[in-house]
Amino acid sequence: MHELSIAESIVDIVHQYVGQEQLHAVRSVRVNVGTFSGIVPDSLEFSYQAITAGTDLEHSFLTLERIPFMVRCRECMQESVSEDGVVACALCNSTNTEIISGRELQMKDIELEDMQQEQT
Amino acid sequence: MSVLTIERKVLEKNDDLARRNRDLFAKHALFVINVVSSPGSGKTSVLEQTLKYFGTSLRVAIIEGDVQTDLDAQRIAKFNVPVVQIVTNGGCHLEAKLVNDALSNFDLSNIDLLVIENVGNLVCPANYDLGEALKVVIVSTTEGDDKPLKYPGMFHHSSVLIVNKIDLVPYVNSDPEVIKRNSLQINPALKIFETSCTTNKGIPEWCEWLRSQTKKRAV
Repeated sequence: MHELSIAESIVDIVHQYVGQEQLHAVRSVRVNVGTFSGIVPDSLEFSYQAITAGTDLEHSFLTLERIPFMVRCRECMQESVSEDGVVACALCNSTNTEIISGRELQMKDIELEDMQQEQT
Repeated sequence: MSVLTIERKVLEKNDDLARRNRDLFAKHALFVINVVSSPGSGKTSVLEQTLKYFGTSLRVAIIEGDVQTDLDAQRIAKFNVPVVQIVTNGGCHLEAKLVNDALSNFDLSNIDLLVIENVGNLVCPANYDLGEALKVVIVSTTEGDDKPLKYPGMFHHSSVLIVNKIDLVPYVNSDPEVIKRNSLQINPALKIFETSCTTNKGIPEWCEWLRSQTKKRAV
């Protein structure tokens, strides 16, 4: 339900990095989304398209990179992926673990189409 | 194609405001908790019992977050404590800015404990830091023992679990031990209380723990 406000935050950040005259050159906005970030990727993509329609960012799209939920075990020192959010180590079953990824909601980069060719 | 590297949290703006709230709370030695749950788990009822228990022995203030109406604030106001209702008008969670705006209604130097009751929702509020010291998640025995497994995100972010409506266990298909076991699978560090707002079971234990945490903050 809050993907719309997340999409607005992403657009705000794009505006901070890209000048008004270059906005229409933005193609892809890459965002890392953890499995347990609380975000529904489809819904976020839909929200982004909805709020950029009719703006300079109309032809841009979100590229969402899914980041798996992973824990590091303090007993056997191994890292393992957890599909269901359970923090027990997949290898030795210890719950003495720390979450190392899977909750992020992080802007990575913005890809812009080169304008130089148009100018030459 | 050229690429601009950004490496910024999408919710950085909220996180910055939450940090500002946190600094303000620290300045006033104020202990702040963010109470989250599904709609109807008993957040407001637990608060009512908590206020009743403390009486005038602790200076508590409340921020109520709801999608619509100030019904919860009206319930809390009966206890003669400072209360502010935030109506999100459809918004599914509280944000740090809304809390910051609400703070101007309080005299922070005259409060020991601030309780923020979030909008009833086990998904979205997990993403939004409000500047609180910790999140308290409430699950009631009528909701299904698998709630923690279905909404792991909120349990990862919480420090305390209250299993509420414990008096209803004989009437519903619930086993509090299963709720607790499921919760600890998601977050082994959870501090757990079992409460009933009807029989008052567990309320003193919860309140005394809360008092001890509040006092720790005031030192």
